[in-house]
Amino acid sequence: MSAEERVLLAHGGGGSLSARLVREVFLPEFDNPELRRLGDSALVDLGTNRLAFTTDAYVVSPRFFPGGDIGTLAVAGTVNDLAVVGAVPRFLSCSFVLEEGLPIVDLRRIAASMAATAAEAGVVLVTGDTKVVERGGADGLFITTAGLGAMREALPAGWGEPRPRDVVLVNGTLGDHGMAVMSAREGLRFDSPIRSDCAPLNGLIAALFDAGVELRFLRDATRGGLAAVTNELAAGRDWGIQLSAKALPVSPSVRSLCEILGIDPLYVANEGKVVVVVAHEDEARALEVMRRHPRGTGAAAVGTIEAGLGGLVTLDTELGGRRILDMPLGEQLPRIC
Amino acid sequence: MRFVDEFRDAAAAEAVLSQLHAVRLSEPATFMEVCGSHTMAVSRFGIRSLLPEQLRLVSGPGCPVCVTPLRNIDHAIALSRLPHTIIATFGDLIRVPGSETSLERARAEGSDVRVVYSTLDALHLARTHPEHQVIFLGIGFETTAPTVAAALLQAHEERLQNFTVLSDHKVMPPPMRALMEAPDVHVRGFICPGHVSTVIGAGAYRFLAEEYGASSVVAGFEPLDILHALLLLARQAADGRAEVENAYGRAVTEQGNPAAKGLLARMFEPCDAAWRGFGVIPGSGLAIREEFGHLDAARRFEVHVPDAEDDPACRCPDILRGIVVPTECPLFARRCTPEAPKGACMVSSEGTCAAYYRYERRRPPVQGGDDPVGAKAAS
Repeated sequence: MSAEERVLLAHGGGGSLSARLVREVFLPEFDNPELRRLGDSALVDLGTNRLAFTTDAYVVSPRFFPGGDIGTLAVAGTVNDLAVVGAVPRFLSCSFVLEEGLPIVDLRRIAASMAATAAEAGVVLVTGDTKVVERGGADGLFITTAGLGAMREALPAGWGEPRPRDVVLVNGTLGDHGMAVMSAREGLRFDSPIRSDCAPLNGLIAALFDAGVELRFLRDATRGGLAAVTNELAAGRDWGIQLSAKALPVSPSVRSLCEILGIDPLYVANEGKVVVVVAHEDEARALEVMRRHPRGTGAAAVGTIEAGLGGLVTLDTELGGRRILDMPLGEQLPRIC
Repeated sequence: MRFVDEFRDAAAAEAVLSQLHAVRLSEPATFMEVCGSHTMAVSRFGIRSLLPEQLRLVSGPGCPVCVTPLRNIDHAIALSRLPHTIIATFGDLIRVPGSETSLERARAEGSDVRVVYSTLDALHLARTHPEHQVIFLGIGFETTAPTVAAALLQAHEERLQNFTVLSDHKVMPPPMRALMEAPDVHVRGFICPGHVSTVIGAGAYRFLAEEYGASSVVAGFEPLDILHALLLLARQAADGRAEVENAYGRAVTEQGNPAAKGLLARMFEPCDAAWRGFGVIPGSGLAIREEFGHLDAARRFEVHVPDAEDDPACRCPDILRGIVVPTECPLFARRCTPEAPKGACMVSSEGTCAAYYRYERRRPPVQGGDDPVGAKAAS
């Protein structure tokens, strides 16, 4: 990045510009082998237990939206980052940056959401910090949480090594969170309001591990949506990922809103959806385990890993044509998480 | 989703495709989709991968942002640096590179640039920010120009003192004529822009058949609309006919929308306009009438805008005229990407280069085939 460049909203979009910012500004300064993996959580070795460690900042606007609020998000997002690397989330810290003038009643409501979400996830908020900045110094409140989890003793044999013929699953409808925030922000009203899917997924993920399914890869599909996760996974590989438009679960109201706004739901953020790559012989069992869990009732197989695609993600369209599903670029919707 | 799913129905598409493959063309035919929304739909639904070999579909100049010359972008950026000024624009324009910077970067450097979804939002900005000048960047064809005309009229009637428009509106038929006149362009027929046609009417394309022997089919934007239009064009070519057919009857009439046309005529007058890739095309622009000069940002605010040249290696001029496809440009996906675009065609959401980059920059192997060569050979 050249000396004249400035931070653009697009640098926060979770796409290739975000990746560049990390690669060119932070990595050179903080470089170490664990950070270099750029996983959802770092795995640290303190001699006894292997731990997973992660942190995330939350700046969503508006702070309350159908299906959740910034507090739900701040706990669920960090819990999910731990769960997808194969850890059991245990402890969370949280730091608040509050703007002068924020109603305490809002803060209480957010704290209650955080407590409820932590209870569902079985994690404990053990430390925190509060700073207040003058009016205009922040927009209401920002929350940063960090999370610690214990790595599972045993991981599936092929963990971390997806391969051709593996199947790609998701645990339900795509794009709900981004569109819920968008419609709350823009005051778009529908007969059945779009609710954010924001939720901790460690229970669902634990069920998959406990069932002994041959899991190859997990990642929560947040900023950049399914498109970003699949593209990151396929980048630099000999194989690629083949998705089928007909198989992708998208709710009618999200589809309609996306159609009106010209947004592709595959690029829209989720906060309660995980992309699961599983060995093809375990597809049915994995789907069954997911569908039995309250956070996975809408689980579906959406694609496969195919040899010879050279790192591409492709989409078979409703019409039977085939095209590339590219990495999202820049800001899709700013400040959704 | 009603009124969308019907037009994306796989069985219906297969039926149209089999008819299209059954048309016997005596020689290969090139058709052009003029409109950027068609370009995007063609790429997004993978339509090119379904067409018969004899049929070539190229993209035309119908993305308003793409045909906007560098100088006009520079003009908007210069205006954004005036004190107490809010630039209101549709989102498409934000990332388009000017000769030195873009509105997105100008915003990061302190310019107040707001993305609006309608001209009414821009008017609202003016009413709620009386201490600021609100300048709306009027870029678009006959589809958007009437909404800008309506906003201008509204501002005039409200006597708003702080609302102006930088008008770079353009009209579609003159560049289609320019394409027909160009010796290096060989297009047998056009998929005519559906939204523009709702305003100007299907009759506006008669001259193409009568003077140049080119076919025109007005089409909607769903995959079935486009396939149907291609079928009609292919049949015209096979029969040696050149006519205007309206395949978008649910939205487009022969005469168009008289109220919108009236509004355009009241607020704007035709002017010569510069198009990226074409140069100046006589009568192809819409300038704000002198009577409403107080609403014209170009007249109200004096800024210095130096002349600027496009990167000579950029093939946009030939891409915008359907002579080459983006993958044939030496900069494409190498020195020109959506992240670091050389030209507007790579950033606009309707740009031909953006469509190819996103959906077709490498040809994925055909469905069911496990031959990996396709992916590598085209990369």
